[in-house]
Amino acid sequence: MYKFKYHRTSSLNEARSQFGSCDEPRYIAGGMTLIPALNLRLDRPSDVLDIGHLDELRGIQDDGDTISVGATTRHAEVAKSSVVQSKIPALAKLAGGIGDPLVRNRGTIGGSLANNDPSADYPSAVLGLGATVHTDSRTIAADDYFMGAFMTALEEGEIITKISFPVPETAGYGRLAQPASRFPLIGVFVAKTSSGPRVAVTGAGPGVFRVEEMEKALSGNWSAEAIKDIAVNSDEFASDIHASAEYRAAMITVMAGRAINS
Amino acid sequence: MVKLFKSLFGASGVDPKQAPTTESTAEGSEVSQATGAGSDHVTVSMTVNGEAVTGEVEARTRLVQFIRENLRLTGTHIGCDTSQCGACTIHMDGLPIKSCGILAVQADGADIVTIEGLANGEELHPMQEAFREHHGLQCGFCTPGMVMSAIGLVNENPEPTEKEIRHHLEGNICRCTGYHNIVKSIAAGAESMKGMK
Ligand SMILES: Cc1cc2nc3c(=O)[nH]c(=O)nc-3n(C[C@H](O)[C@H](O)[C@H](O)COP(=O)(O)OP(=O)(O)OC[C@H]3O[C@@H](n4cnc5c(N)ncnc54)[C@H](O)[C@@H]3O)c2cc1C
Ligand code: FES
Ligand code: FES
Repeated sequence: MYKFKYHRTSSLNEARSQFGSCDEPRYIAGGMTLIPALNLRLDRPSDVLDIGHLDELRGIQDDGDTISVGATTRHAEVAKSSVVQSKIPALAKLAGGIGDPLVRNRGTIGGSLANNDPSADYPSAVLGLGATVHTDSRTIAADDYFMGAFMTALEEGEIITKISFPVPETAGYGRLAQPASRFPLIGVFVAKTSSGPRVAVTGAGPGVFRVEEMEKALSGNWSAEAIKDIAVNSDEFASDIHASAEYRAAMITVMAGRAINS
Repeated sequence: MVKLFKSLFGASGVDPKQAPTTESTAEGSEVSQATGAGSDHVTVSMTVNGEAVTGEVEARTRLVQFIRENLRLTGTHIGCDTSQCGACTIHMDGLPIKSCGILAVQADGADIVTIEGLANGEELHPMQEAFREHHGLQCGFCTPGMVMSAIGLVNENPEPTEKEIRHHLEGNICRCTGYHNIVKSIAAGAESMKGMK
């Protein structure tokens, strides 16, 4: 890894103002994405600003109709949270399936959403539940947040502070692991929300997206049967040694069915 | 680099009076406390296997390098160096993590336990003993990580099922054993850890 300067920030304001005064700064939370990337010399920051210790960004809160998860809350904490387990069990299950237990003890929800890996798990839950991303300066609806693989609505230096998830009537997650990386080859998050069914897909390649046709079919009939003949268009999907675009498309229908039955 | 090895006091820790706080390095850059203004050299302090240690490192030094190169605790292995294999697993504040995936300076102030911190003199930790007894290793390269990860599991789930053990080992890769004896060892280690206080 190339040399950089390290700052342990002591508040959100300090982190933001330091970001403004450095050449090529990066925040670090859990480091489960950034450190391997630096190790492989895929990135060369001038300064690394540590926001991982900020208490104001950590923790899970039960707000009644919504659950808020602080940006630096670890995957393991979400998986084991009694609030999340009782109100949105599908979200606890999703968090408990990310990577492995060692990664889950470090990786954070904010880091995952800022990075927006097209195969990451969390984006499907955030989009599938119609959650809201809170930052140090504004709130962003999930539908406006994800802009394609590794792209988000975040401005330079903007910090995710928490994510608020509306509690759905019911929700489920179906995940097919890519055999080598164990990231989802396809992950489908389905939710019956107050504004209707939502179906969000991760892993196909172009970044997380919703499947409107499935949402329509589910609004009259919440069952795997209702969507089993819906074929998703694979034109923009990835084709690689792990799976063809057509296989990925076929697995979306299968995983959506499993998510509904889960 | 001489600097990296400056505070090589082994697991016994560094005399705090001798611990550097602020000074110029060979490159002329400032050394600062982990919490101070940004710097490419930092002084880190943590507890490792019950002893207070302090060292001066480059900001980019990862915890695994600090443990192996500064503290000379070479039981913690590096397999992949990209957070995949788990050979570098240690406990930080009671939880198993991959020490190649965290900067030493991020662990400033933390309580670290490595494989060297488990045995009580000549007496192996029950989990180490279980790996010995049940042939839970062949070449042994993955073993320190396996043992640290296994203890993390049992601390949280004192009676793991075989399925839970296998699921827990997702982040620890073994090229030799086929995992079967590792799973057996962990089940046995969990059983004998019940006798620990
Ligand atoms: C072996 C392994 C397996 C994995 N498997 C999976 C998997 O199956 N599924 C999955 O989804 N993920 C997986 N991951 C990825 C892991 O979940 C992410 O690395 C993690 O969630 C990112 O969070 P972090 O805190 O570690 O981010 P960091 O590495 O600290 O940061 C990542 C990026 O986000 C930025 N950032 C961090 N926090 C914020 C914030 N609050 N506001 C704005 N920007 C921020 C940083 O600047 C950086 O650019 C795996 C990782 C590893 C190493
Ligand atoms: S060396 Fe750390 S996970 Fe492989
Ligand atoms: S015993 Fe050789 S890698 Fe596990």
